[in-house]
Amino acid sequence: MSEPIRLKTPLTDGDVEKLKAGDKVLITGVIYTGRDAAHKRLTDLLKEGKPLPFDIKGQIIYYVGPAPAKPGHAIGSAGPTTSGRMDAYSPKLMEIGLKGMIGKGMRKKEVIEAMKKYKAVYLAATGGAGALLAKSVKKAQIVAYEDLGPEAINRLEVVDFPAIVVNDTKGNDLYQQGMAQYAR
Amino acid sequence: MREVNAKQITEVVRKLCIDSNYYLTEDVLKALDEGEKKEESPVGKEVFQQIKENVRIARTEQVAICQDTGLAVLFVELGQEVHVVGGNFNEAIHEGVRQGYKDGYLRKSSCHPFTRVNTKDNTPAIIHLSLVSGDKIKIVLAPKGGGAENMSTVIMLSPSEGIEGVKNRVVEWVKQAGSNPCPPIVVGVGVGGTFEEVALTAKKALLRPLGQKNPDPQLAAMEEELLTRVNNLGIGPQGLGGRITALAVNVEMIPCHIASFPMAVNLNCHAHRHQEAVI
Repeated sequence: MSEPIRLKTPLTDGDVEKLKAGDKVLITGVIYTGRDAAHKRLTDLLKEGKPLPFDIKGQIIYYVGPAPAKPGHAIGSAGPTTSGRMDAYSPKLMEIGLKGMIGKGMRKKEVIEAMKKYKAVYLAATGGAGALLAKSVKKAQIVAYEDLGPEAINRLEVVDFPAIVVNDTKGNDLYQQGMAQYAR
Repeated sequence: MREVNAKQITEVVRKLCIDSNYYLTEDVLKALDEGEKKEESPVGKEVFQQIKENVRIARTEQVAICQDTGLAVLFVELGQEVHVVGGNFNEAIHEGVRQGYKDGYLRKSSCHPFTRVNTKDNTPAIIHLSLVSGDKIKIVLAPKGGGAENMSTVIMLSPSEGIEGVKNRVVEWVKQAGSNPCPPIVVGVGVGGTFEEVALTAKKALLRPLGQKNPDPQLAAMEEELLTRVNNLGIGPQGLGGRITALAVNVEMIPCHIASFPMAVNLNCHAHRHQEAVI
């Protein structure tokens, strides 16, 4: 196994272009949470020509709806949700500067094409490992849509958050590659 | 008649909500150990290690294994010699869910289907009630996450498709689900009954302990074959490629109408959560 690549947010085109499907990464810096309800609101704002509640340029959105934090914890259990539900919204966000998405599960062809076009990557974190992944989150703060409860947009400060590159800027797909390698 | 106070039901359900989200049962832990040993993919092995470490953290720190603490699905066997006093039976269960999800710091994931507005207390619970002999109440609580539940289906087959038809549909279904339901998964298959009963049968199949075969030799053989075929898909842990796509395939069968051949597949993730209690 290769050593993980350390990524610091915000990301540049150069940062993401050197990543390839199958690379393990450790992310440090600020990332933002968002699920489908928040994505819908973000893209509605864009349609209306209004500013987003945070600067999306170079950022990573983590598809997660965390469990409530116990006293003394920065966040509750916080593993990835199924990314496909964000497919309808992701290309638009990449177009305006989103560089990374963390989730689990397959992306549509249009989203993979948008990653090539706008230079962005899709990373998978281990679904169902929410207690483990929460350990990498040092601080969580709601920045928008508190009314959405677990679906509000949070600004997370993470240190060495572990993920693996599924879709890179060249159109490679680790899910396809991995399955082909082990299918009998 | 034996009297059981509704408050006692609430307290038991409250605890089941918390325990089922913090702890996995022994059979699941064993299946994860065995899966890790059999996994050949280095990334897949690493995923198994993360899953096991995650389970350890959840247990020792008393936090949810997965942030998706699910809708609370309950299978209740109510003894016909029990008389529930001091409140409404269903409401006692909903109140237990309300308290458990609040006190356990569990995520509230229940919402209005159209507006998506959260009910904020994870109610209503999904309650499947059956009346049985005796003076006890048995409650099995299985929190069900959305990711795996979304990857489930009911198919009304033509009887001419036979057992091979069912097997092929199961394998095709798991293949198209791919990485979405958080593999390594548990596959629950229901065969027979009616449209609604077959879905419930597939869900009940998930409750059978992992490693315990169906007592019907034909179904036991079908489970074994399906597990091999599903694992030969190569999807692997988290869909990143590998030998272990499923920890188990459990099949349950009930009679159906002479014109019908219903089947259902209900998938569950590796956070294969359920706990039970008897009052």
